[in-house]
Amino acid sequence: MDITDFYDTFFEEAEELLGDMERLLLELDVDEPDAEELNAIFRAAHSIKGGAGTFGFLVLQETTHILENLLDHTRRGELTLRRDIVDTFLEAKDMLHDQLNAYRNGEEPDQEAFERICKTLKQMALDELGGGGGENAPETKPAPTPEPVEESGTTAAADDESNAGQEATLCVALLNVAEKDRGLLVEELEQLGSVIEQQGDDKRYEVTLKTGVSGEDIEAVMCFIIDDEQLEITTAKASNQESAASSADKKIDEPEQAAEPDEAIAAESVSAAKVETSAPPEASAPTKAAKAQGKPQGGKAKNGSGESSLRVPVDKVDQIINLVGELIITQSMLDQTASEIDGITHTALHNGLNLLQRNARDLQEAVMSIRMMPMDYVFSRFPRLVRDLADKLEKDVELVTEGKSTELDKSLIERIIDPLTHLVRNSLDHGIESPDVREAKGKPRGGKLTLSAQHQGGNILIEVIDDGAGLNRAKLLAKAESNGLAVSDSMSDDEVWQLIFAPGFSTAEQVSDVSGRGVGMDVVKRNIQAMGGHVEILSREGQGTTTRIVLPLTLAILDGMSIKVGQEVFILPLGTVLESLQPSRDDLYTMAGSDQLLKVRDEYLPVIALHQVLDIDGARTELTECIVVIVQGEGRRYALMVDDLIGQQQVVVKNLETNYRKVPGISAATILGDGSVALILDIADLHRLSRRKTGQASHNSTKPTQEVLTS
Amino acid sequence: MTAVSQANAQLQQANAANLDAHSSEFLVFSLGEEEYAVDILKVQEIRGYENVTRIANAPDFIKGVTNLRGVIVPIVDLRIKFHLDNIEYGGQTVVIVVNVGERVVGIVVDGVSDVMTLSPDQIKPAPEFGVTMSSDYLSGLGSLEDRMLVLVDIDKLLTSEEMALVDKTTH
Repeated sequence: MDITDFYDTFFEEAEELLGDMERLLLELDVDEPDAEELNAIFRAAHSIKGGAGTFGFLVLQETTHILENLLDHTRRGELTLRRDIVDTFLEAKDMLHDQLNAYRNGEEPDQEAFERICKTLKQMALDELGGGGGENAPETKPAPTPEPVEESGTTAAADDESNAGQEATLCVALLNVAEKDRGLLVEELEQLGSVIEQQGDDKRYEVTLKTGVSGEDIEAVMCFIIDDEQLEITTAKASNQESAASSADKKIDEPEQAAEPDEAIAAESVSAAKVETSAPPEASAPTKAAKAQGKPQGGKAKNGSGESSLRVPVDKVDQIINLVGELIITQSMLDQTASEIDGITHTALHNGLNLLQRNARDLQEAVMSIRMMPMDYVFSRFPRLVRDLADKLEKDVELVTEGKSTELDKSLIERIIDPLTHLVRNSLDHGIESPDVREAKGKPRGGKLTLSAQHQGGNILIEVIDDGAGLNRAKLLAKAESNGLAVSDSMSDDEVWQLIFAPGFSTAEQVSDVSGRGVGMDVVKRNIQAMGGHVEILSREGQGTTTRIVLPLTLAILDGMSIKVGQEVFILPLGTVLESLQPSRDDLYTMAGSDQLLKVRDEYLPVIALHQVLDIDGARTELTECIVVIVQGEGRRYALMVDDLIGQQQVVVKNLETNYRKVPGISAATILGDGSVALILDIADLHRLSRRKTGQASHNSTKPTQEVLTS
Repeated sequence: MTAVSQANAQLQQANAANLDAHSSEFLVFSLGEEEYAVDILKVQEIRGYENVTRIANAPDFIKGVTNLRGVIVPIVDLRIKFHLDNIEYGGQTVVIVVNVGERVVGIVVDGVSDVMTLSPDQIKPAPEFGVTMSSDYLSGLGSLEDRMLVLVDIDKLLTSEEMALVDKTTH
């Protein structure tokens, strides 16, 4: 096997490690850093360095090395953290990410940026450590404030903290490792400490190592090359047979450590056990889980309690979803056929079909849930953004996230990131005031920004809540007027708030590079609508603004209302339907001769005849004999004239563009119970189509219209 | 639908045989009195004409879309496209489902007759054609005793702009 085969694994793992690193750095309490967290950050950097070295990504290795040294001093308490130091670390982390991406694309990372970050980091080492940023560090005093975290290991952790500062002699045994990999591994070990002795064969190769690095760290580095099972780390001289025997008991005794690697548990002697407890459980568990994902042969399944998961290409999941969709359609076809069969003589058949229906629905739900991802995927990128922006704007903002575990379809979750980022930027820039202004208003100096997600019926509500200045009604109205929008003082608050979604609308006095150019909110709105959702704004002046995004849970299934025009069946997305009614002649008005308007509760709605827009023969043409469905799309309301309502049903959305093309007025297709295809109407586009058509008709000649009028 | 099942059986045989590299196999179909043929490797299956949902505001030769085991497939009537008379939909009316690039399209024809093997010397270059069908969409003419087969380059035909099957921006 070629070493390049492991590149992808490394990139994925490194990516996750960088993600962990950023999260931990952001969570870090600068004044009283948690020793466990510092350790975890260090370990992440260290693992990346190890992997980068192995694969020959020199720039990445070098950068991580410098960062790692600094982190090492930090966790030893020799370098006192400050906010700007954390900032530099974050910057370095971004740089690592860029470098990683460069390698992933088969390019060399930006040399200039590399030198710059190295210089910054080295300078920081000089400034903070007074030139002592060398390797003599291990001799200095043990970490001053190791915070006991686990009740189980108060003393052990403290012991270990000092232990980590001292050099220990570890025996690293490589099991079933081929010679060429072994060379790499030994080189790797040499970087971690001094190799005293090495001997053995392919089956078992022992390296005795004098090092200040913990067994956990060694294992983290090695895991890029070999599996966990192939590695056994013990303190020198410990008897191997004994440890193997006792490791089994250990596993049962300590179920909470089941996710810990076998070899660490296998280390029998007291000090080795301490090495294990020194690993912060909350940090190591996710990394371990990630590794297990990458390596199905990792054999972690036998350890049971750990979260196990599979990486599966999205295509495969989509294929399953499609097939289940087919199953549902077939099932409803069967249902339809069976409903024509006598129920008394064929009870068994009907019972069987009922069971099939239930099972099919359960299966569908279960399969759909595979595509679901927690909102944490989106929310987790905001702490950094908020922190950076708040710094830039010199504001003090606390970010609170709620409902991180709320799940949403993967395709939606990826598309929600941009709009949400926009809203958060807006809140920070225009919403939350600067500390001085806040104080003057009698509010706490620090602003609060809340991101929340929750399910409500078949929808998910995502809210961006700030306790800032709120929207200013008078200012909005004045701005709208100067932009030439039709406004009046009698507009409701809701309508006024909706103005900010107009293209090119911004009330910011100054255009900053954060926001204020007025290209944002209309794009946000369009994006959300493209996902089948909508945006609401609640605001109270002086108290803050809440922007609420309402989205359907998934795009693959749609709640629809089926309607009939002539002999053709169409589906209306239920979300766009407001009501349906049978119009009476008194409520009908005409405008400009041919346009029809329907008065519904003091509102005049344009009437669009579906049979005209879609050229359907044999439909009812007399409005009073038809049913109108009041629909709303892109903020426009109109009355859609149809022959009949058939009913509500859930439909599986099928793309028309896969084999055909975009059809005006139609968003997608679905398959009905009888196996035939029904088209799903696009309410907003239908309105445009209708305007185009009537425009054409009146343009072509005025004569036919006159005839209609006289007849 | 015996015509369809027969044709499918032939199709399978032909695919299984998949003769030597030089000669190629064609599925022969009829449009009115004329005989046409498409490369058999492009043909996915043959089915009857049924349950087609009309699409509004599409050209008249696009009959609509149908459900092919969960996939929405557009149906094109080549008889309308080629301005033939006597367009009827009956038991013999057949839809040839072809794969064009990544897409699946059904074409309506009057009937499928057989699968033919043509050697290179049986394939004559297509003449400059007239108004209805540009010779761009033909890969040649097959001569077989007293029969003449019009060999259709189905890829070019179905992805052409005048067929309006593909969005202009996407090809």
